[in-house]
Amino acid sequence: VSETDAAWIDAALTSARPQAVGALLRYFRDLDTAEEAFQNACLRALKTWPQNGPPRDPAAWLIMVGRNAAIDEVRRARKQQPLPEDDQAISDLDDAEGALAERLDGSHYRDDILRLMFICCHPDLPATQQIALALRIVSGLSVKQIARAFLVSEAAMEQRITRAKARVAEAKVAFETPGAVERSERLAAVAAMIYLIFNEGYSASGDTADIRKPLCEEAIRLARLLLRLFQSEPEIMGLTALLLLQHARAAARFDTDGSLILLEDQDRALWNRTMIAEGLALIDKALRHRRSGAYQIQAAIAALHARAERPEDTDWKQIDLLYGALEVIQPSPVVTLNRAVAVSKVRGPQAALEMIEPLAGKLANYFHFYGVRGAFLMQLGRNEEARVAFDRAIALASTSAEAAHIRMHLDRLIRDSQPRGAKAK
Amino acid sequence: MLYAILCYHDEDLVGSWSEEHDAAVMKKLAVVQERLAKQGRLGPVARLLPTTAAATLRKEEPPLVLDGPYAETKEQLLGFYIVDCKNLDDALDVARELGAANPGGAYEIRPVGLFTPGGALK
Repeated sequence: VSETDAAWIDAALTSARPQAVGALLRYFRDLDTAEEAFQNACLRALKTWPQNGPPRDPAAWLIMVGRNAAIDEVRRARKQQPLPEDDQAISDLDDAEGALAERLDGSHYRDDILRLMFICCHPDLPATQQIALALRIVSGLSVKQIARAFLVSEAAMEQRITRAKARVAEAKVAFETPGAVERSERLAAVAAMIYLIFNEGYSASGDTADIRKPLCEEAIRLARLLLRLFQSEPEIMGLTALLLLQHARAAARFDTDGSLILLEDQDRALWNRTMIAEGLALIDKALRHRRSGAYQIQAAIAALHARAERPEDTDWKQIDLLYGALEVIQPSPVVTLNRAVAVSKVRGPQAALEMIEPLAGKLANYFHFYGVRGAFLMQLGRNEEARVAFDRAIALASTSAEAAHIRMHLDRLIRDSQPRGAKAK
Repeated sequence: MLYAILCYHDEDLVGSWSEEHDAAVMKKLAVVQERLAKQGRLGPVARLLPTTAAATLRKEEPPLVLDGPYAETKEQLLGFYIVDCKNLDDALDVARELGAANPGGAYEIRPVGLFTPGGALK
């Protein structure tokens, strides 16, 4: 297999995978059987595609070959007469391919992929297991690749995936075509899972960012796939836009030492303009539907940052309003805390501080809260109180991947407030 | 005569290319484009964003805006070239060269009736 063939086949197998495994899962109603059938079909593809050229419809080919291989397996297991060796079966495939492709009509195709993604979102599965399972089953990453991205041993990841699969196997997954309500519930769960995958990559610290970047790219690929299946869902547009707009900044987020560079200090020339263009186009489309949602609002906030040529061009007033809207849809002290950052830019640190004071109880153990509070206090020249807040923040600092993201806000606010704090002395 | 070379490919597949593979393909295509440009035969070239970013206006009364591309096809319109060619054979040669740089999918070769280059974009 030449290098060009290998690259092409690899991309074809990856892109056909969700549809093919999804269809095989509907057919066999068992995840392991479906996966094994797909594996067998892939091995066959690696053998025959370089010789015979790519099939017209790789997914249909893989479904057909995988299904036949699995059925043979069952027959062999029953010690029945095995079918004649498969060369003949394969040459018949071209004729059968068309018929099968027809049976894989649009609605099945959509729901197959959605179902495959949805089984990874079982509510009993902790987030890390959902992500690992989705990367294994939907994306087809190897256990080794996933373990590397999660910075754990291969054995630990193998165990995590096996446990998750066992949990999924116990759960009853509906194989009937879902109704509108169920479909939209599935869609929301899958969107959340894709966002988790993205954050797993995005919240990486500088020294691991390169290893975890594929997680962000994979999340974007899955979001685009979901959007292709559900073209008029504004929240899926919002999700895809949000991921693109955040990932567009990837090249500017870390310095050569691997330290995080804050949004305000990033070299905006390094931002990926193509991704930003796609993100902005999607936000434009989404907003026309006038059905607001949390992903759309967060994407709109990211879009305002992306649109600002210089940090001082940022429309903080609009960002304040958008966080206000997000507070209504998805009330959370963390959202209010983020809003307060915008408020500090628009109305000053006193108003921002007043806004976050009521959160003290709920966010008593939240590193970011004390970082933000400390910065507001410093801007007001209340340096002693600020220092107490910062000390508390440092005491609460976790080493989890999340800390990197939190630290970004903290550092920015500290840096911002220093000149004013100094003047107050 | 001007020909539009319309590029169709499976966008899921193109979207599954690694960054490196994508860059390698673009580099190979740039070689072909550069040669055509030097000969003064290359007009506008565009690579389109994914069809998920598209919207379609159906010119009904009143006009209807739909999300997504005009047609749901197995392979999608992902870009185009405008090239000055002597005849169809010549245009096919160009398409073959582009195809060698970027295998898979299909090119529709379509003679251009009216061409308005437009002004320089600001």
